[in-house]
This record gives sequence, structure tokens and C-alpha cells, in this order.
Amino acid sequence: MNVFQAVIYSLSTPIFYKLMLLSATPLIFAALGGVFSEVTGVTNIALEGIMKISAFSAVVFTFYTGNPWLGLIGALISGLVFAWLHAYVSIRWSADQIVSATALILIASGLSAFLMEPIFGQSGQSDFVAKIPKLKMDFLKDVPFFGQIFDELSIFVYLAFIAVALSWFLIYKTPLGLRMRAVGENPKSADTLGVNVFRIRYFGVLMSGILAALGGAYLSIGELGQFQENMPSGKGFIALAAMILGNWNPVGAMWAAILFGAADALNIQLQSILDIPSEMKALLNLLPFVITIIVVSGFVGKTRPPAADGIPYEKE
Amino acid sequence: MSILVPVTSVIIALLIAAVVILLIGKNPLNAYWVMLKGAFGGKAAWAANISKMMPLVLTGLAVGFGFRAGIFNIGAEGQLMMGAIFATFVGINLGNISPIIAIPITMLAGILGGAFWASIAGYLKATTGAHEVITTIMLNWIAVYLTNYFVVGPLAVGQGVPKSPEIAQSAQLPPLMTVQANTLPSGIIVSIVAAILVYILLDRTTTGYEIKAVGYNPYAAEAGAISLKKNIVLTMAISGALAGLAGAMEVMAIHHRIFGDFSGGKGFDGISIALIGQNNPIGIIFAAFLISSLRTGSNAMQFAKVPDDIVTIIQGIIIFLVAADRIVRTLLVKMAISKGGETK
Repeated sequence: MNVFQAVIYSLSTPIFYKLMLLSATPLIFAALGGVFSEVTGVTNIALEGIMKISAFSAVVFTFYTGNPWLGLIGALISGLVFAWLHAYVSIRWSADQIVSATALILIASGLSAFLMEPIFGQSGQSDFVAKIPKLKMDFLKDVPFFGQIFDELSIFVYLAFIAVALSWFLIYKTPLGLRMRAVGENPKSADTLGVNVFRIRYFGVLMSGILAALGGAYLSIGELGQFQENMPSGKGFIALAAMILGNWNPVGAMWAAILFGAADALNIQLQSILDIPSEMKALLNLLPFVITIIVVSGFVGKTRPPAADGIPYEKE
Repeated sequence: MSILVPVTSVIIALLIAAVVILLIGKNPLNAYWVMLKGAFGGKAAWAANISKMMPLVLTGLAVGFGFRAGIFNIGAEGQLMMGAIFATFVGINLGNISPIIAIPITMLAGILGGAFWASIAGYLKATTGAHEVITTIMLNWIAVYLTNYFVVGPLAVGQGVPKSPEIAQSAQLPPLMTVQANTLPSGIIVSIVAAILVYILLDRTTTGYEIKAVGYNPYAAEAGAISLKKNIVLTMAISGALAGLAGAMEVMAIHHRIFGDFSGGKGFDGISIALIGQNNPIGIIFAAFLISSLRTGSNAMQFAKVPDDIVTIIQGIIIFLVAADRIVRTLLVKMAISKGGETK
């Protein structure tokens, strides 16, 4: 089978669409997190780190309690703590947001790797723990195509799409959303109008922590049931690209995340279908990253970040 | 005050890391003592330390140079690997040429490899506005997969760990001296010379002035007839060249080949080093020595059953405090006041 035939064949199988949804889910969560933070004017490239530490916390909490739902709470707590650290130094102390986020990525990497051996007795990967149960739809079993996509999917997949709808509503249809956008576009005039700039920005960054933590928890206790040291492996950054491509809009970010999910699914599918040497197959892993670069550089001219994005606000 | 902030940050980071070590039931004093001995206890430790320092000076310079022009080159990791791939490709094909030709050619190949890889991000930023943080990170991943492809595919040789063949003898940099199993690589001289050259470039040339002007205020620079686009691409190319040279040095002076997972985070360490050294080439030499000492020492710390990932945590906390330097400054001022001393 040549590459063209293989791509067409992949696109016609339900498994491709299932894989696409599974790959897109963590990206949707993290990209939404990016939207929340940046709409209020704080860049948060620490998403990768928050995903990693929350994926780790989810497994640790599940390991000790035996309950993956408590694991999820653990993930959310760690996500909030890391997001709060970012918010505190970048909002309260006007720190360079890229540098602060880079530090948090390092701390998340270091901390999760450091605690592996004391907790699980080995580095690299954790024990297997209980997973958040999947949503089974037995009545769909006999429906062709769709049945095979939706028969058994992680709850996180549905949650991701619900989060998109809620985020869109919150940001574009509520007074709070209006304040968030005002703070991100022009914090000074928002301040003059009596909006508490600092509090709104805290809200945006903390929400990004919660959402990225959901993405991280999905990776460990949603899909695999285990933590691996290289876990988000760039997904936090691809999510940032999805946020940019989606023009800082939750719905746009979702479509972009689905596009990247499709690239990932295609990579997995082609590796199993194509009749080429295994080292050439490994080269297909480049696909999502190459697509991200093309997309970020090809479309970015059409998109525009919030005007005050990345600029600390200081009262005079 | 400018040196006090990083120094205080390092001390606070070591204190917080001590709490983390306590948390897993180990004695931090003992751990730090083992670390200190591992980094400085004897000639072999020093040789290992300086070997580690050699590429770190260069990756620190790479990131720091970008910072001076307002560019956040997070891609030193990938640029280092591309430099290593290019140097290896050239190095294994050199045969019996005299080292006087072979060494500069191989070194140049690494420089070009890194410069080429970084220029992609620079070109995209200049022409389409694609943010360099995202493109360089994507290029890092692509470099990782390319390296893995070369060492299991076209360059694969031997059994066990996927690796390339050794580069020609004539392209290998001879060590300054050999201490037990460790060598003191002559590449450290190349690193120090590079730092001095970067210092001269930034402080004594028109190009350096333009690069700093763009970093300080891009709008004013443009008003002053400095081409932003040209400077972005040029800065990225020089930044990548330094990281590529780090890769070439690793190949020519230490490993003599590439293998899977070649960099091991040295490009990312460059970020910490640039920040601790405050983007000053001479400061970066000292910062690289600090990080190499932490890393060399932490290898020994594993004998005290403390995972060496503690160094990553320490680095993260230092950068976090450097980012939030106002916290540290406020703290220092408060301490100075309580001592009744000068607050300046």
C-alpha cells in the first residue's frame, strides 16, 4: 500500500476518528486553559509542566487511596498550586511570564521524576493504578461506524467538549467574561471602570491550572492508568499552538486541537498500516510537530492575541 | 545588588531542596556533603565537572545571546543535536586528512547545523510572526526524532544502544590531560574563547549594538533604521551556531559519535545558565560552572540514595526566583534594613 492509499484507508476507518478524539482531548483541555489565562492577559507556557505534575499527582493520589476520583482531585490541587505560583509572581511581582513558566516546567519535571523512586521504587514509570471508568454506550453497539467510535470512550472526552461550550459561554456571554476580555485588552481602562484587574487575572490563570490539570489527569488515570516520566511529551506546547490557531477563542481552539488530534491519529494509523522499515515508521512521529510549525507560521497572520497579553499590569 | 540576586536565589533554592530531601526521609546535610565531594573531591571529580561544563557554557551563551535581542530561544536542545548530527556526518567521512583541516571542518559543520536549525525559527518569526517559543520547541522534538532515526537507520552501527560510528581520529579533539577514567577536554578552551568572542561581539561591534537595541526596544530600533527582520534571523543564527558548536564539542571531544537521547537536557540547562548569568558572557561561564557542579555532584548523590532529579528542582527554583527577582530584592532590602545597613 502506498502512502496515499494508506492515508485514504485510515480516514475511512472508525478507529481513526476514535484515536483522533482521544488525542485531541488533552489538547482541548490544555488549550482552553491557555485561552483562559491569555484572555486575561497572562501568558502561560507552563501548561506542559502543569499537565505533567497533575498527571503524576493523579497517579500518586490514586495509588494511595485506591480511588481514581480522589486521584482526579489530587491532580486538580497540584494544577491549582502550580498555576497559583505562576499567577502570584507574574501578577503580584510583575515577573517575566515566560521565565516563570519555564521554571515551573522544570520544577514539575524535577519533582515528578524525583518522587518516582521513593514512591514506586523505580524511576521511569509508576505502577498501574485504577482508571476513571469509561462511558459505555451499549445501545450504540449495532450502529455501524459511529458505534465503533462511541461505544466506549473516556468520560474526559465528553467533559472536554462540555468544557468548550461552558468556556465559550462564560467568556462571551457573561459579565465576568466581558471583564476578562477587558482586562486582557486594556487593563488600565478596565481598572478605571472599577474592574479588579488582579483578581480577574488570578481567576484566568487558576482556571488554566484546573483545565490543564484535567488534561494531565486524562493522560495518566483517564487513558493509561500509569504515569510515565515523558508523559505530556510536548502536548502542552501543541495546545498553545492550538490556542493561537484558534485565535484565543475556545471553539477555535477546539477545532485546532481536533486537527492536531487527527495528525496524531494519522501517525499512529500509518505506522501500523504502512509497509516500510521500522526506522522510517519512527520518523512519522515528526508529523504532529511539523504540522504544528506549518500551522503556527501559516495562519498566525490572521490571528491576534489579546493586546495586553504577557504584559504585567502595575497600578501607578 | 546584581550579583546578590542570583546568589540569594541559589541559596534559597538549596534550602527548599533540602526540605524536599527531608521529605523522602533522607538527610540533606549528608546529601549535600556527598554532592560537594562528587563535584570537587579530587582530580577525577574536577575533570568530570569541567567536561560537563564545556557544552553548558555554549548552550548558556546560545540562550543568553538570544535574550539580549529579546528572543527566547528555547530550542538550544534541538540545535545542539543538529550540530552533533552535522559534525558526526562530516567527522565520519574525513578519513586521513590532517587534524589541522579535519578539526575546523567538523567544528564548522556543527556550527552550521545549529545555525541552520535555529534560522528556521528565526525566519518564520521574521516573516510570519510565528512565536519562537513554539517553533523552537517543535524543532526540538523534530531534532530528537531525527537523531533517533539516524542512529537506528542510516548511521546505525554495532549492537546495544543505537549509535553512529566513531568520527575519524583526525577530527577528534585531543584531551588536555587524562585523569583516571576521566579526561579534561580541550573543548573547554573553545567554550571560553566563544564566551569572550560573544562578549566582544555584543559590547564592541555595531552588530552587537543593533542586536541589543532590538532587544531593548524593537520600536525605537526600527525607528532608528535598524532592520528588525534581519536582526531576528541573524540573532537566531548566531544563537543556534553556539548551541550547534556545543553539539560538535560533545561529539569531537567526549563521545566521538552520536547516539539516541544525545543531549540529555543540556540545551534546556542553557536557559537556567543564561538567566543565572544574567545574559552576560562572563557571568554565563560562572553559571555554567555552578550547574555543571550541581550535575556532577548529583551523580554522586545517588550513592546516598537521593535521586539526581533534585538538580532539576533546584534549577527550577533558581529560575523561578530569578523571574520573580523583585521578591528576592525586597527580601534583601528587608534584611539590610533589619541589620541597620545601607539599603542600596
